[in-house]
Amino acid sequence: MTAIFCFAIFFGPSASHAEQVVVYSARIEQLIKPMFDAFTKDTGINVKFVTDKEGPLLARLKAEGKNTPADMLITSDAGNLWEAAQEGLLRPVESKTLQANVPAYLHDPRNQWFGLSVRARTIIYNTQKVKPSDLSTYEALAEPQWKGRLCLRTSKKVYNQSLVAMMIAEHGAARTEEIIKGWVANLAIDPLSDETKAMEFVAAGRCDVTIANSYYYGRLMQKNPALPLAIFWPNQEGSGVHVNISGAGITKYAHNVPAATRLLEFLSSEEAQNLFADVNMEYPVNPRVKPDPAVAAWGTFKQNTINVTTAGELQAEAVKLMDRAGYR
Amino acid sequence: MVLVPVGTVISSLFVPAGDVWQHLVETTLAGLLVNTFWLAVGVAAGSALLGVSLAWFTAVCEFPGRKFFSWALLLPLAIPAYVTAFVALGLFDYIGPVQTALRTWLGPDLFWFPDIRSRLGVIIVMVLAFYPYVYLLARNAFLTQGKRSLEVAQSLGFNRTQGFFKLALPMARPWIAGGTMLALMETLADFGTVAVFNYDTFTTAIYKAWFAMFSLTAASQLASLLIVIVFAVIIVEQQFRSRMRYAETRQSAKAIPIPLTGWRAWLISGFASGTLFFAFLLPVMQLGIWAVAVVERDFDQRYLEFLWHSLLLSAFAALLTCTVALLMVYAARRCPDSATRGAVHISTIGYALPGAVLAVGIFIPIAWLDGWLSEMAMQLFHIETGLLIQGTLVTMLIAYMTRFLAVSHSPIDSAMQRVTGSIDEAAMGLGLSGWATLCRVHLPILKGGIFTAAALVFVDVMKEMPITLMTRPFGWDTLSVRIFEMTTEGQWEQAALPAVTLVLAGLLPLIFFMRQTES
Repeated sequence: MTAIFCFAIFFGPSASHAEQVVVYSARIEQLIKPMFDAFTKDTGINVKFVTDKEGPLLARLKAEGKNTPADMLITSDAGNLWEAAQEGLLRPVESKTLQANVPAYLHDPRNQWFGLSVRARTIIYNTQKVKPSDLSTYEALAEPQWKGRLCLRTSKKVYNQSLVAMMIAEHGAARTEEIIKGWVANLAIDPLSDETKAMEFVAAGRCDVTIANSYYYGRLMQKNPALPLAIFWPNQEGSGVHVNISGAGITKYAHNVPAATRLLEFLSSEEAQNLFADVNMEYPVNPRVKPDPAVAAWGTFKQNTINVTTAGELQAEAVKLMDRAGYR
Repeated sequence: MVLVPVGTVISSLFVPAGDVWQHLVETTLAGLLVNTFWLAVGVAAGSALLGVSLAWFTAVCEFPGRKFFSWALLLPLAIPAYVTAFVALGLFDYIGPVQTALRTWLGPDLFWFPDIRSRLGVIIVMVLAFYPYVYLLARNAFLTQGKRSLEVAQSLGFNRTQGFFKLALPMARPWIAGGTMLALMETLADFGTVAVFNYDTFTTAIYKAWFAMFSLTAASQLASLLIVIVFAVIIVEQQFRSRMRYAETRQSAKAIPIPLTGWRAWLISGFASGTLFFAFLLPVMQLGIWAVAVVERDFDQRYLEFLWHSLLLSAFAALLTCTVALLMVYAARRCPDSATRGAVHISTIGYALPGAVLAVGIFIPIAWLDGWLSEMAMQLFHIETGLLIQGTLVTMLIAYMTRFLAVSHSPIDSAMQRVTGSIDEAAMGLGLSGWATLCRVHLPILKGGIFTAAALVFVDVMKEMPITLMTRPFGWDTLSVRIFEMTTEGQWEQAALPAVTLVLAGLLPLIFFMRQTES
């Protein structure tokens, strides 16, 4: 035991006095480190971070309370940021830069968190079996003409949960449940565990359409450009394409609020936004920044501008609704 | 120490969790329980069958390649189950190369392929991943039974098959039960494999309540229920064997392998190679192919660091966990009352809890203690200490011990059943002190069990993810953390490189420990 303690002290956290920001990130290392490196290069402020899933990170923040070493929380969806704010783990950030860089519908109305990249949830179809004119909205995929032609990712993935949450906000629970039941009735195979697989099933002709985040499509096509797949931007006549965000907030007990604010502002700046969008083929939140050329080639589209907070508020209800509708 | 995290989880039972329960009961709970039940039964039965038969053949029979298979059949232990799952799906799915090729040759209408995305598919994958637990323990049992038991069987007029069923198998029961329990607990705690298959189990409900409905309370309550179920299974299993005694009367000579000839020998060779192929070679080959594609871009200096961290943590955790297990086994031997036995059971139950839930159960009390310590330091000495325990490797090691105590306890406990009271008496008669008895009499008998335990814990810690993620100090990334980073976004090609490194790194200790057990 003594040996272990000596060992722990030796390898344990060292008290460094250089200025630094500590980040708990649910956005994985390879999608966040380039931005941190750029920040350190610009400002000389170090960024220390750990990655984990959102749930454990929130539990950890909560357990640590005011002793937390974390200054910032980064997640890859709006729901968990909403939950963190609900739990009183974040603090409001008053920053003109952030207000200017992040459109109102992509940040918390009380400024406790801000979107940093936009993840568009769209329809992917098999170009040999479906004409774009056959497609219109997410809701229409519940109609009988799609019987046995739909592949979906599992309802356990937060992207589907927030899509359904947004539908509840728009149509009410009863109508949404009918739509989800329609989807389930149209499934060609049981829901799949990941979006890339779902698209591969579409490409192989096992089903004809699926719903996926556009960057998954981008990655798949980069690897395998010959696949007969294309993007369709749904709901353009109505409320627009459902978007989620990856985003960040500053923790309530942050030790270094000024540096954390600087980091947050930097992440919304044009320099970081270019990186953000390029490393994962996502869309920038900052309206002044153009998406990556490969992404821009998918065309422009109208985004749903209901505040993404809704995704958090209605997530639990969405999950229950999908359970009732038999969407696994 | 182990009680605290489990207690933290169970204490949630007294907090109301709103309507999550009602919702679960109304919608998915029944289906989840049925799914979990069949999975548990299937994996337990499958692992026991595969593990025991392979253990018997490699321990007692002589067939082509026996020496090789005796250690090679352990190799699947180094592959995380969800990796096997992903490879299995990747290869045998509708869009996988096997079915695609068959469709091309036979035409889409002419052929039928069993659906791998099914209950049976999940069970097969888990059996392939978990049978080594049974194999390792049962083999240890068969080897230490020695040839005397078979001689006795023959003198009683049994043939070999009868000898196996009537004598060797019942005698190996603590080991087999121990190994099967490990496989079972691993199954109940599993999230990764069932997630790849989108097969909903009890664990799925726990994660859903927590991650999707934001109710850690409801998640902990579900987890407590899981603890109760596992506890019940352990008690029942104990009752079944409580009246049996398993001691050999004396250390017996090494068994001479029964030579098998002709088609029988080759059949068993084929059986062993088939298992090895599907459980190990195929996944590793697929990982290798993926890894080669990214090795140039991804492999850098940091991999040495990941590797070093993984090995270091595993070694320390194995040492610590085995020491504690040994102490526990002795405690239970000295005071064989039901209170001690109960305490021992509770302390091994962490293994059946889904990792992330256990990680939280560990983290909450440690964070609390840290807060309390820094508060005290502030009040008494007016110094700002920051966090003392959290974010150190001590936290990680305690957490690993909590999770893997069952893994080290099972083999050591089984081995201890070989140490009879009469051995102790004889040692005392020879005037050996307690310490000398331990070193010169007990440890040689327990050696196999201890090395088995160390090997299992070592490899399990290498693969472990949720606890490592939650408790690692800043910058202390391991191979499994790297795998997590790559797989969360479904980037399997990139995950393959750390996965292959992890498998290779896990092989060496496995082979080492295996050799120690044999000698």
